[in-house]
Amino acid sequence: MNHAAILETKQAFGETTLIADPAQIVDLCRYLKDDEKYIRLSGITAVDLHPAEPRFEVIYHLHSLDRNQRLRLKCRLGGAQPEIDSATGVWRSANWYEREVFDMFGITFRNHPNLVRILMPIDWEGHPLRKDYPVHGYKYSYPSE
Amino acid sequence: MTLNMGPQHPSTHGVLRIVLELEGETIISAAPDIGFLHTGIEKEFEQKNWQQAVTLTDRVDYLANLSNNLVYALAVEKLLQIEIPARAQWTRVMMTEFSRLNSHLVWLGTHALDIGAMTMFFYCFREREDILRIFEMFSGQRMMTSYIRIGGLALEPPRGWQQVVGKFIKAFPSKVDEYEELLNANPIWMRRTQGVGFISLEDMLDLGVTGPMLRGAGLNWDIRKSEPYSSYEKFDFKVPVETTNDVWSRYRVRIQEMRESAKIITQALEGMPDGPWQADAPHVVLPEREKMKTQMEALIYHFKIVTEGFRVPAGEAYQCIEAPRGEIGYYVVSDGTSKPYRVHMRTPSFGNLQGLPKMLEGILIADSIAALGSMDFVLGDTDR
Repeated sequence: MNHAAILETKQAFGETTLIADPAQIVDLCRYLKDDEKYIRLSGITAVDLHPAEPRFEVIYHLHSLDRNQRLRLKCRLGGAQPEIDSATGVWRSANWYEREVFDMFGITFRNHPNLVRILMPIDWEGHPLRKDYPVHGYKYSYPSE
Repeated sequence: MTLNMGPQHPSTHGVLRIVLELEGETIISAAPDIGFLHTGIEKEFEQKNWQQAVTLTDRVDYLANLSNNLVYALAVEKLLQIEIPARAQWTRVMMTEFSRLNSHLVWLGTHALDIGAMTMFFYCFREREDILRIFEMFSGQRMMTSYIRIGGLALEPPRGWQQVVGKFIKAFPSKVDEYEELLNANPIWMRRTQGVGFISLEDMLDLGVTGPMLRGAGLNWDIRKSEPYSSYEKFDFKVPVETTNDVWSRYRVRIQEMRESAKIITQALEGMPDGPWQADAPHVVLPEREKMKTQMEALIYHFKIVTEGFRVPAGEAYQCIEAPRGEIGYYVVSDGTSKPYRVHMRTPSFGNLQGLPKMLEGILIADSIAALGSMDFVLGDTDR
């Protein structure tokens, strides 16, 4: 696998992780789908490394049925204004996964056809899976006895 | 015309809302609205220690609790690099196959009920009850089993389980014959399922659909075969594939999967290896009571595991298994402490539901019930 967007390759527990340049993610995804036959996108998720910087990791799990292989793509994004291009043009399944990441982490996907909250109510404030989002006591407070 | 289906619609099998755009009786477009059952399980994972979090995996999908237990345990064991003894692995296989039977039975019963065959519901729930009793016998719980734990099993398989499982599995194939007798040549069932709910294989792969849906469209892909886990490679079973790609073919695939699962359970029953049912990993698995009372080292491990939980080396792992509904994948990240740093669940229902608009496009509204039932989603699994 040879592509300008691949910054680093890691192997652990029999799994391959590619660290990719977020600016070229769509180009890389298209290359992996068309040339390397990763026709399935298993899922997209993110990890919040707060307070470290770059704060977010966006993770793509790809799967090639022909080669029976899986691949993990990882992009690191800064915490101030996390933004990355949407992969919906490559795999349509990216649509809901990206909406979920947007909903839970507040990462914006550029050129996404319908980037609105998917699991939380549409008027919700905050992004629950961020590490600085409290587990208790947000929005509703209960009088202490 | 715009029609709002759900969220409290009986045939959506949970709290799913679908906004249907209609032209007469024909569906022009469908937009699923999910999230009504979101309970923040992934956030909750980060608050529990590694072993406690097993109880959360039960609550994701109420029909495939053991599959979720298993995939989480496998992912964490990958990070811990511990070896699971053969007896535990075989018991895990047997129990997840029971959970596949449980899930397919509930699917068949409720799906047939939607289409109008009420007897099926009672037949299927009759067998399901026996399976739940077996779960209770093994784990003490009918549904929230938490039976598969990191490092092995929660409890030793109970005395006399061979008789109970043997009796059930001996009778089960004849029960499947009964279901087929009721449905296979049933003209109403055939008219309602054959040629209904088509969605092309390319669309399904692109939209993230997995499991029996794909096998009903002619793709021979089962994670139990392609990426064997928990010693599935030692079992002899076939992957049923159908090609007509409609509600009927998905029904055929699941019926045959039930027969294959029964075969796997029979093999597990006959060839169950002897030996320990927990890993030899004192830093993860609680010591036996006797050792804890007599050996200082075991007492220290016991104290450490109970008070702070075990630590998992920093790293990340993705583990997927073939659940009744398709691919469940857990992506687990550890930062070296006794709590998960991040657990992401790639659930099959979430993936499958994305294919729903494509499948409903252009079909009659009456057929939409059959079509969406054939997807077999669980809304708790979708929303987590």
